[in-house]
Amino acid sequence: MASTSGAVTKPKLWDDPNARPYVQVDRVTKTFGDFKAVDDVSLKIYKGEIFCLLGASGCGKTTLLRMLGGFETPTSGKIIIDGEDMTGVPPYERPVNMMFQSYALFPHMTVEQNVAFGLKQDRVPKAQIQERVATMLELVKLQDFAKRKPQQLSGGQKQRVALARSLVKRPKLLLLDEPLGALDKKLREHTQFELISLQDKLGVTFVVVTHDQEEAMTLASRIGVMNHGEIVQAGTPSEIYEFPGSKFVADFVGSVNMFEGKLIEDEPQYVRIGSEELGGVIYVSHGISAPPGATVWAAVRPEKIFMSTAPPAGTDNSARGAVQDIAYLGDLSIYLVRLPTGKVVRVTQPNTSRHAEAITWDQQVYLSWDATSPVVVTR
Amino acid sequence: MVALPYVWLMLFFVVPFVIVLKISFSDVDLAIPPYKPLLDWVGKNSLAIKLNFNNYAFLFTDSLYLRAFANSVKVALISTLLCLIIGYPMAYGIARSRPATRSVLLLLVILPFWTSLLLRVYAWIGLLKANGVINNVLLSLGLIHEPLTMLYTPFAMYIGIVYSYLPFLILPLYANLEKMDWQLLEAAEDLGSRPWQAFYKITLPLSRNGILAGSMLVFIPVVGEFVIPVLLGGPNVLMIGRVLWDEFFSNRAWPVASAVAILLLILLVPFMMWYQSVQARESAGTR
Repeated sequence: MASTSGAVTKPKLWDDPNARPYVQVDRVTKTFGDFKAVDDVSLKIYKGEIFCLLGASGCGKTTLLRMLGGFETPTSGKIIIDGEDMTGVPPYERPVNMMFQSYALFPHMTVEQNVAFGLKQDRVPKAQIQERVATMLELVKLQDFAKRKPQQLSGGQKQRVALARSLVKRPKLLLLDEPLGALDKKLREHTQFELISLQDKLGVTFVVVTHDQEEAMTLASRIGVMNHGEIVQAGTPSEIYEFPGSKFVADFVGSVNMFEGKLIEDEPQYVRIGSEELGGVIYVSHGISAPPGATVWAAVRPEKIFMSTAPPAGTDNSARGAVQDIAYLGDLSIYLVRLPTGKVVRVTQPNTSRHAEAITWDQQVYLSWDATSPVVVTR
Repeated sequence: MVALPYVWLMLFFVVPFVIVLKISFSDVDLAIPPYKPLLDWVGKNSLAIKLNFNNYAFLFTDSLYLRAFANSVKVALISTLLCLIIGYPMAYGIARSRPATRSVLLLLVILPFWTSLLLRVYAWIGLLKANGVINNVLLSLGLIHEPLTMLYTPFAMYIGIVYSYLPFLILPLYANLEKMDWQLLEAAEDLGSRPWQAFYKITLPLSRNGILAGSMLVFIPVVGEFVIPVLLGGPNVLMIGRVLWDEFFSNRAWPVASAVAILLLILLVPFMMWYQSVQARESAGTR
């Protein structure tokens, strides 16, 4: 689930303070009446990135995307694309194209006419239109469907027409609103990788809106997690997953076990947290910045918890419980283990062996994890 | 139950049509009714049928009838065009308004139907006549010094027709536009269309069926319209509905009047068939 996108191997422009951002969202706020849809958001997106805006519905991600496209005007703040201030620039004059969630294909035009539409609007010479449309259709493997109408296409084909139509104008920035939302799971996975290789080939900068964290992890070079109109954390998929900055991010991206506790030892090298929920002490091998005695949360991912029938060495970072439920998913199994404190801990284990000695319902098990595994968040 | 529409059609369309068709082939007679029967007993055992084609031939010899037909079509075309120019923005506006506002606006469109057509046309006489409301207001404001002649002119007639038939155009057009996916316009703008280009390339072609259906609902009845041209257009407006009336009631020439009616029907049948096919396409959802 960690990042598989090719972007990881590219130079990490976002770590370079001198790099010029390609898209700059500068303190943008958008209000609808009393409702703040987007609240003081600042973002820097670099050339060639796939930047995912991830959040639940109503978090403001689509509004932010629509402001990039010019369909909404920021109440305050500004958006700069490739050095040009986009304030007051209407959608039809922006070097930006959008792939709509509903695809918004023109029903009275063929696939070919749909893709050619944007080029015709720009009065590109006819021969050139034909050539570019043909190349684009080939790229999305729709050359045999050029004369069809949208209603004669499957969902996946429509998605590719929409993609071809928005890419054929070679925009500086492509906005994708839930690009894979309408596809079924198998097709979605396949299309994710197609999208990445296409983006790699064309070098267009993508901004993707999605509520599906798996989709964001697969596609993104960086993810901006949004909540209540704010970007709560932005970073690479592995940063977001392994170093969530808050309870919300830890919980929203992937599943997590959250143990509430109080700081009892706070050293630069390590901290110890006394947690009533766990019924023990959590030892974390990195320092944090919080006053002693403060309430903090230790987040432990389910796959980082070891489960065994024999007691582990040491007392920190361990607990004993009874298996309450098991979900067998084929490649891995999810165990819900109830601790004596009443807390239910989620543990995943890969099913590496076909005839492993199975842990069953109601069995007493020991849980433990490494000192490097927990992430401590203070909010 | 399946047969019911056919019984209805038989009773209220086919039977009257056959009667009119029969009369159109009869001779005039000074009797009640004022025409001779088609069938006649000649001798003891033979029945003669006599079809008089002169009534039709007459329509083509006297230029009055063809002029009336041509003028009716012209008036219907202009009225349809005026209704489109006024009605399209209204239907568009209603379709794009918020649902709460929308039902109020639709009600306002339908509201005039709650009063009789005749009453509404008479109200226009009150507005348009020489000492009517409009002239009085303009005179008292000092904008004019003599009352404008509006009543009994083509101008008044068009006002009456457009006013009366506008809802017939707005409603089917609204029903069509209301189904429109407005995101298509955003997509067009995103691809480089200015708003008016997006309207011309997306909205207009997609509302084609609504435009055609609404236009037919205005054009077809206006060709045969009688009341409004007589009451507002005055004696000089030549419309086929009026010729029909005069032949029937003033001249008591039922056979010629029937021939006019049949010819009018033949003229309108292609438009009705077109309307039908547009309706079928619209309900099938293809564009």
